[in-house]
Parts: sequence; C-alpha cells; structure tokens
Amino acid sequence: MTPSIWSAFRPVARGLAWALVGFAIGAGLTALARVATGSPPWSFELSFTVGYIFALPGWLLGVGLWERWGREWLGRPTEHGPTDWRRYLTFTIDHKVIGVQYLVTFLLLFLAAGALGLLIRIHLIEPVQPLLDDGTYNVVMSLHGIIMIAVAVATIVGGFGNYFVPILIGARDVAFPRVNALTFWLVPPVAVLLLGSLAVGGWDSGWTAYPPLSVRNASGQVLFNLAIITFGLSSILGGLNFLVTIHHLRAPGMTWGRLPIFVWAIYAASWIALLFTQFFAAAMVMVLLDRVAGTSFFDAAAGGAPLLYQHIFWFYSHPAVYIFVLPGFGITLEVLTHFSRKPLFAYRWAVGGFLGILGLSGIVWAHHMFVSGMPEQLLAPFLVSTELISIPTGLLFLSALGTIWMGRLWLRTPMLFALAVIFNFLIGGITGIFLADVPTDVSLHDTYFVVAHFHYTIIGGEIFALFAAIYYWFPKITGRMYDERLGKLHFWLMFLGFNATFLPMFWVGLNGMNRRIAVYPAELQQMNALISAMSLVLGASFLVFAYNLVRAMVSSKTPRAVANPWGARTLEWQVSSPPPLENFPVTPVVDGHPYDYGVPGAVHATVPALRQGVEGVP
Amino acid sequence: MSTVSGSLAGPPPEGHRAAAGEPEEDRTAIGRLGLRLFIASESMLFAAFIAARFYLNGTFRPETINPGLGVGLTLVLAGSSVLAYRALAAIRRDERKLAVRWLAGTILLGVLFLVGVAIEWSSAEFGPGTPFGTAFFSTTGLHAAHVLSGLVVLALVGRLIRRGHFSAEAHWGLTASVVYWTFVDALWVFVIFPTLYLL
Repeated sequence: MTPSIWSAFRPVARGLAWALVGFAIGAGLTALARVATGSPPWSFELSFTVGYIFALPGWLLGVGLWERWGREWLGRPTEHGPTDWRRYLTFTIDHKVIGVQYLVTFLLLFLAAGALGLLIRIHLIEPVQPLLDDGTYNVVMSLHGIIMIAVAVATIVGGFGNYFVPILIGARDVAFPRVNALTFWLVPPVAVLLLGSLAVGGWDSGWTAYPPLSVRNASGQVLFNLAIITFGLSSILGGLNFLVTIHHLRAPGMTWGRLPIFVWAIYAASWIALLFTQFFAAAMVMVLLDRVAGTSFFDAAAGGAPLLYQHIFWFYSHPAVYIFVLPGFGITLEVLTHFSRKPLFAYRWAVGGFLGILGLSGIVWAHHMFVSGMPEQLLAPFLVSTELISIPTGLLFLSALGTIWMGRLWLRTPMLFALAVIFNFLIGGITGIFLADVPTDVSLHDTYFVVAHFHYTIIGGEIFALFAAIYYWFPKITGRMYDERLGKLHFWLMFLGFNATFLPMFWVGLNGMNRRIAVYPAELQQMNALISAMSLVLGASFLVFAYNLVRAMVSSKTPRAVANPWGARTLEWQVSSPPPLENFPVTPVVDGHPYDYGVPGAVHATVPALRQGVEGVP
Repeated sequence: MSTVSGSLAGPPPEGHRAAAGEPEEDRTAIGRLGLRLFIASESMLFAAFIAARFYLNGTFRPETINPGLGVGLTLVLAGSSVLAYRALAAIRRDERKLAVRWLAGTILLGVLFLVGVAIEWSSAEFGPGTPFGTAFFSTTGLHAAHVLSGLVVLALVGRLIRRGHFSAEAHWGLTASVVYWTFVDALWVFVIFPTLYLL
C-alpha cells in the first residue's frame, strides 16, 4: 500500500495546528494578565512575544517530537516515524536525513536571499532610483543580510557537518540524534518569522539591528529578534552535539591526530557556536525587554547605553564569522589534498591554526566599533588582537599552498572551487588589514570597502567552499553523478562574476560610497552600473548550478556514482553511495593517517567484512 | 519497545545497538559531557547579563534593596539543592519512595523561591526603567525562568520514579536534573545574589 502524498504533510500540518493552539494560550494568558492590571487585552508586541514562546514548543511537539521523544518524559514508549521518503518531512533522527533537510532548506534560502541581493544591485544601477523607496530598500537590505548570515552559519555545519562528521569518524550517528532533529525543526519558525515580519512593517535596522533604532522601529523588529533567539538555540544545540560526538564516538584507532581536517574545523566552529551564540541571544532578549517590558538597557535618556548592545552583539558576531569560515577552510583543505594526490601539508599546524583562531576569536570584537565612540584606550589592544588572527590564518594558508605545491592537480569541479577559495580569501584577508588598523578604518568604516571585504571573506572563503563540498559529496549523497561540463561552466561564471562584482566595490568604497544607503554620489554611477551588470552574471551561474543538480537527480540518463569516484581515502568513500542506514555494518578500524596519498603501504581505515554468524551483526 | 528506563536512565539510545564483541557506547559519559557543555553555554548567557549590570551601573546598588529577603531566597534555594542530593542518594540505595519525598521537598522549596521573587518584584522601590532596575529585573527574571524549567523537569522525573522507573544502577535522568538544578542554585548563590544584593 503506497501512502498518499498528503499523509507526508501530516506532521507539518499538525505542527502548525499545535503552534496555533500554543499561540492562543500564550496570547490568552497575556490578555488575562493585562486585563487584571487594567490594560487593554491585546498589545501586539507583548502578546505576540508571549504567544510565540508557547507556539514554538507546540510546533516542535506537533511535527513529531512528541512521538519520538516527548512520550518518554511521561514514561510511555516512543514511536518510530516513517521510513520511506516521508521521513524527510517529519522529526527524523537519522543524521544523513537531517543533513539533507538542512542542505535543501538552506540552498533554497540561499537562492532567495541571492535574488534579494540582485534586487539591491538593480536598484543601485542609478544613483537615485525610484525602484525601491528608502524604507523598502532598508527592509530588503536587512532581509538579504540576515538570511545570508543564516545560510553562512548553517549550510556547511548543519548540512555537511551532520551528514559527514559521523561517517568521517566511523560512527553510526551523532551523540544525541533527537537533539539533532530538534535543531533542524527550529529552523522553519525562523524562516516564517523573518518573512512574516514583512506583514508588520518589516525591520529596517539591518542584520546587526543596532539600538536605538531597533528599540523604536516597526513591530517587524520583534519578529526578527524572536527569530534570532530561536536560530541561536538551534546553533548552540548543534555545536554541543558535534562536540560530544567528536569526543565520544570516534571509531577505534581514530585518534585526535588522525581526525580528518574537516572534522577539526567543525570541532573548532562548534566551540564558538556553543559559547558565543548566547551573547547574540542575550542582545536580542535585551532589545525585546526594552520594547515590551519597560527596561532601559539601550535608552540613553533613561540611563541606558546603546554601546552596550554593540559590545554584546559583536562578542558573538565576530566569532560567528569563524563559524562561517572555519568549516569552509576545512572543506578546502580536504578537497585540496584529495585532488592533489598528496598528503595534507603540515596537518598539525593546520589543526593549530583552527584552534588558534578559536582561541583568539573571543578577544577581537571591538574592531567593529572603532568609530563608535568607545573609550580610546580600547583601540590599540583590539587593533593588535585582530591582527594576531593573521598568524593562525596564515598557518591554514601555508597548509593549503604546501599541499598543492608540486602536486598532480586533478582539476575537477570541486578542486576548481577549492583553488578559488585560496585566491578569493587572500584578497579578503589582505583587505581586512586596512579595516583592523584604526587609522584606515576611520575613513573606510561603513563604506562599500567593508561590503567588498566581507563578501570576499564569506562568499570567497565559505560559499565557494560550500560549492566545492556540494560537487565533492553530491555523488556520495545521491548516488548519482552530475554533468562535469556544466559544473565547470558554473564555476567559471561564478568565479568571474563574483570577482567582477566585488572587486570594483573596493574602488567605489574608497571613493566614498556608503553602505546601507539607497542613494549614492552621481559620479560613481558608471562603476555601479558595471557592478550591477556583473552581479547578474554571478546570479546566472546559480541557474546553471540548479539545472545541473536537478537534472542529475531526475533524469533517467544520469550515470550512477560508484562508491569512490574520486579515489579518496577517507571513510565516507569506503561505503556505498549513498551510505547505508547507520553507515557501517560493523564499526570500522582505523590504522593510519587519512591523507597518506602516495605513501607505500599506508592504510587509513578498513571496514571489516561482515562477520557471518556472529550474533548481533546484521 | 520501551525506551524509558533506556534513554533517560542510561543506555541504549534510539535503537542503536553495538554489534557483538564491540564496546557499548558509554551513554552516561556522553550525557555527562553534553550536560556540562550545556551548563557552560548557559553560563555565557548569564555572563552577558552580569556584564550588562556592571556596564550600566558600575558597582552602584540602591539603598532600598532588601538584603534580608535576598538572604532568605539564598537559603531557600541552597536548601533545595541539599534536598535534591538527598533524593539522588536515596535512588542510589534503590529507595524510590524516599527519593520521591526528597524531590517533593526540593520542588516545594523551589516554588517558595519563586514566590519570594514575586514578593521582591512587587515590593521593589525602583522601577524596571531605571538602570539598576533594568539589570535587576532582567537578571532575576531570566534566573526565575531557569528555576521554573528546573521545576518542570524535576516534577517529570519525580513522576517517572513514582511509576517505577530508575534504579540504583540506572538513574541518569535524575542525576542530570539534579546537576542542572544545582547549577541554577549555584548561579543564584554565588553570582546573582552577590552582584545584585551585596556589592
């Protein structure tokens, strides 16, 4: 009996229904409390906030947490969910399914936020254009920013981290599979809140949401804050899960010195997510309290301090860029070594680089605040600590360059993207020096120089690595092979389109074009028109990408991928494509380093053949 | 397949089984590390609010704050932790009824603490709109929310013990909730009470 299509949507529909019930309870309690104190029963921001606090557990329980987990709290047996394709639409605990859920969700969000970016560029073709009014421009810019930040936080870590960390270390799943499912199902409310905020005026304070503006703008701000708190919870629990998984579930022989470098990158990023994300949530809670509970964290007239927000916000949001970039670098090193057919150069120093960045990440935040009016004696220390970051980053660069040095480079699509990371991130890194130095930052602050810099580091350092990972692992995840020529076409369109879009932004920034402003000086028009034209090339490259992947998935002529199309040595390539449920029939045994390409007799890991007749072996 | 005494109490997790001859995953060690990391993360949340207290007020404290009530709240909460550990000691001797009784005492003191906070809030002579009030109400409110969550967890665990779950060998669910409860108590006793009432 084939289940009907509609039955697949039942968990999501029930989640929505339970969320509505929860919302009604929260808003109803608020109304009772308000009537008791003689106020009108409904106040949008307060009622919505309390309603949401009750709606969120309703959503999670309804979408499947109740059967898989909640029943246990009352001493009842838990139930297993569907095992066919419908499991992708419910609270499923298989780490590979969750990885795919993350990847599909965030690639769609990436394309949507990219379209918003193109809208901004079309608006900026002319210095004063009636396409978007100032308010709408701010809302579009804010939405583009925060969705891309979410994509940068979660696509690699949530998608490829979930799918591949357990396989790479020889485990069956993560340490807390149900917490893992929880982190994914916290994401849909985030997307709903961010898009739903448009219905109540949106929010125009950018993804940084500085007060005093964020305390007094339209009510869409409240939805933004609730979305960030929810997303932060997801990020924290995800980081916690990876840390415990990597500490406890490594296969026998998988010592810390033999961990694949991508796992080290996720490990460092997970510590940042675990410890620092709370500060983003704290900043959001403080703004919410100022709006709905009458506190005055950021109201200078009542003795508050708007600068306090910037300190708390950047204490998370600078380390956050390492949550973006470290996993990107992990993938880059991984792909470089596999496609150079050489051992990873200076493995231990690269690990030191990841841990060094982790260590320094917490003491550099105020370099975002050089012109904020903070005490002057803070300028020099933050200048120095920020520039120290270049030392561990340099170690990662040396590892990358040493790996491809004298290698036999196999220039398939993943390798092209990984090589592009080195090129792009070099530009992003070097231009960062001028923003870390106080004298230059004072004039570059809030110009397009900054916009160009962070797009070079985040797109150049992470999104290119994301596409390297997609092309590298697509055959493993789907068991199908994409078209190599279309992959290369995507690469060249994206690489050239990206550089032609963002390199000129340094120039317009140096010439005084402000970021986050809907108009600009007329003499910069020609260069802006060029940037906008090139951004369309960049946008078009993703159409090639989407076509290539969709075709590979649906076409009956697609070649099937073998277990190990790249001849790589790490564990995920030693099992079938896609890997079986729980990854390994028997726990693998690890005997050596993962990257000893060309070393005679070297073995990384073996998956023992089925031990027939042994009880417990499937 | 019942997983209650399973996952809450210790092994096994959601249906994963080690093959014969392989070491069983140490679910208690895994749970312990997860709990410690969670506590580390929550500590950072409170660190942000304590930092805000000093950023907005320095070491200023209004004369009108009631240290007597603060000391009372501190004793109630510290006492509740002692009772929680009695419950843990009882389950280690397989004395379920006794454990439930100690847990009930823990919950009673926890509720008493929340009542005390409510009295404190309604009798405070400074409003939430002042700089100290901002720090005071937000930090104690955030802490009270954690106390409330701890009470819910303790109540659920107590109910499970009454229904015959947990034993001297397998009681990770109780251990975890008691450790979390101790964290929430210690936060008040060693951080929030001194920084808001004593400085």
